[in-house]
Amino acid sequence: MAELIIISTLNGVLYGMLLFLMASGLTLIFSMMGVLNFAHASFYMLGAFLGFQISQWAGFFPAIILAPLIAGGLGALVERYGLRTVHKNGHVAELLFTFGLAFIIEEVIQMIWGKLAMDYRVPSLLDFSAFTIYATNYPAYKAFMLLFSILIFIGLIFLLTRTRAGLIIQASLTHPNMVGMLGHNVPRVFMLVFGLGTSLAAIAGAIAGAAFVTQSNMAALLGPILFVVVVVGGLGSLWGAFVASLLIGLLQTFAISSSWSLSKLFGTSFAPASGTILYDIWTVTIAQIGPILPYLLLVLVLVFRPTGLFGTRDT
Amino acid sequence: MSSTIKTYGIWIVAALLLLLFPYVFSAGASLTTMCLMGIMIIFALSYNMLLGQTGMLSFGHAVYYGLAAFVTAHTMNWAAKAGYPIPLPLIPVAGAATGLFFGIVFGWVSTKRGGTAFAMISLGLAELVYSSSLILRSFFGGEEGISADRTKLFRVFGYNFGPQIQVYYLIAFWTLLCVILMYAITRTPLGRMCNAVRENQERVEFVGYNPQFVRFIAFSLAGLFAGVAGSLAAINIELAQASFVGAGQSGVVLLAAYIGGVAFFVGPVLGAIVVTLLSIKLSDFSEIWLLYFGILFITVILFAPYGLSGLLMMHAQFWRGPLGSKIARFGRLLGAYVIAAIPALIMLAGAILLIEMIHHVAQKGAEGANMHFLRRSYLTVNTRSVLPWVGGLIALFAGFFAFRFTWPTVANAWHKALLDAQRSGK
Repeated sequence: MAELIIISTLNGVLYGMLLFLMASGLTLIFSMMGVLNFAHASFYMLGAFLGFQISQWAGFFPAIILAPLIAGGLGALVERYGLRTVHKNGHVAELLFTFGLAFIIEEVIQMIWGKLAMDYRVPSLLDFSAFTIYATNYPAYKAFMLLFSILIFIGLIFLLTRTRAGLIIQASLTHPNMVGMLGHNVPRVFMLVFGLGTSLAAIAGAIAGAAFVTQSNMAALLGPILFVVVVVGGLGSLWGAFVASLLIGLLQTFAISSSWSLSKLFGTSFAPASGTILYDIWTVTIAQIGPILPYLLLVLVLVFRPTGLFGTRDT
Repeated sequence: MSSTIKTYGIWIVAALLLLLFPYVFSAGASLTTMCLMGIMIIFALSYNMLLGQTGMLSFGHAVYYGLAAFVTAHTMNWAAKAGYPIPLPLIPVAGAATGLFFGIVFGWVSTKRGGTAFAMISLGLAELVYSSSLILRSFFGGEEGISADRTKLFRVFGYNFGPQIQVYYLIAFWTLLCVILMYAITRTPLGRMCNAVRENQERVEFVGYNPQFVRFIAFSLAGLFAGVAGSLAAINIELAQASFVGAGQSGVVLLAAYIGGVAFFVGPVLGAIVVTLLSIKLSDFSEIWLLYFGILFITVILFAPYGLSGLLMMHAQFWRGPLGSKIARFGRLLGAYVIAAIPALIMLAGAILLIEMIHHVAQKGAEGANMHFLRRSYLTVNTRSVLPWVGGLIALFAGFFAFRFTWPTVANAWHKALLDAQRSGK
């Protein structure tokens, strides 16, 4: 039991940190432009595929540096030539633009790499078990992912709170007009933040792609979860996104490793007739409803606490 | 009298056209296409009750469509098994009831808030329902879905609805009915209040209405009509699958409504027709037709925010003056369009050639260098030679710059036509 708890906690924190890498970019973009970037998970996927392709040519470590740079550059271009154009048509048009973009990125990736999973592997340098808890070997690559994402997290906090660039970004979040008056190019700040946010997602993709599956449906699988994270944490709140990422990461990891169901809890003495909906509910395990839990959380939070856990502004 | 004709005439014409279409487009495939179009028209119009009329962006409209399809399939099986005298044409009522029921239940949760929060809740609910479909196997039927046999139901006048033509008339009837009802709703005080909520929610509150309640009513009704569409879809293919409630289906209806244009009532009708046609025809030309579909959507968002119907309606202002001058005006405008269309088509051809060649090299490089462009064997292109790549690039860039060059001609013609129309008065 203790073994299960420790391993699940480690995996949950890792998953949560990866979610946070994406959610932080999404939150920054939302606070700045008021746009929920539907294509954010697509940049995560782009990061994974670029990481795979570059690792084929130049090795793993150049790949996890170059892939986010390229994806971030593409993100900046999208902001400059796409979002800025539709901005005048209102928020719905912006949201729909990012929705269409997600669609196109998925199709382009299928056009180039196809629908099958890529052979994106953990580099042999990190392909050993870091430590053993009870009887479970914990892979070094997962430890590397955890360290790397924590490093990026610290770097992001440092950038936002301790540097001049972070000062301008934070000021542009709340008072874009004043920042513009002081002589800063606010549209360029927006473009750079969009690029930064998408490259954070691409970093998550490039390192997670090797450990998990790199396939053209990964954005569609992850995108909705990402929205759950930013909405549950509170739109525009970086700390909220952090807490919600860890919460959802742990929730899903623990749910997967649990095999409890109503029938297991109450025994089989008064089970409903087989083949009915009640029977389905009776026998479903927590592991099976794991994928539903985040959405349930989302609906509950939006109904009962629309600002999210840490949000200050109403969605 | 003339106002009566104006009010009802268009619907009578529509009914006559729906009656005659099977004789005009008599090929078997076109009958199937028209059935899909009818279903999509109802679905897209019901979606537009949310997005266009009330200003609610939903990412989960397929929930009501899909759940109604499942209930329809179960109802058909149940009625056939028990031998109840329920004829097939009445089955969509069950779908409508399902759509309304879930519209009320989920609407109560999700319409408390408008704007982004509504969009997010709709997405969450859609994912919730789709994920549940994998768990509640007895209702959703797991991977293979729930199949039903429409010919086993109680027969009226000997119609068994086996042949597609009979199903066509069934769908056409329900489509016309739903379109008339949805149009009628836009003319009621409720429809006007929906528009008011879309335009300025705060002011609606000041006037003394409850925007939340208006949203709720609109949402429930949209669920009802989506339910009819889902029900017809289940009747049409005699199957309900988990993908019916999925994000893909919600996305398609959003694309259809937006490409058609959400600002006008006819927009989603146009969008449904275009999207259905494209999704059937484009796959004859390319494997990656969904990409072109997405590019069309982005293009509409970027350059024509009011959709295809918006583009058409922009021309209504030129329809003035005596008939001869109208025709002359439109003729001149059309001439300018043709001039601009030629380089645009060249640009498009270059872009498509490049995209197809990249796809061929990346995906099917092992099958050989030759590619059948647009899946036509007489358009074989050798992807390993330099010529098609250079040709594609030249066509793309030359077309682009020529298009930019011809654009002032269009703008000029537009301006002249506008002046001309204003001069000719009413």
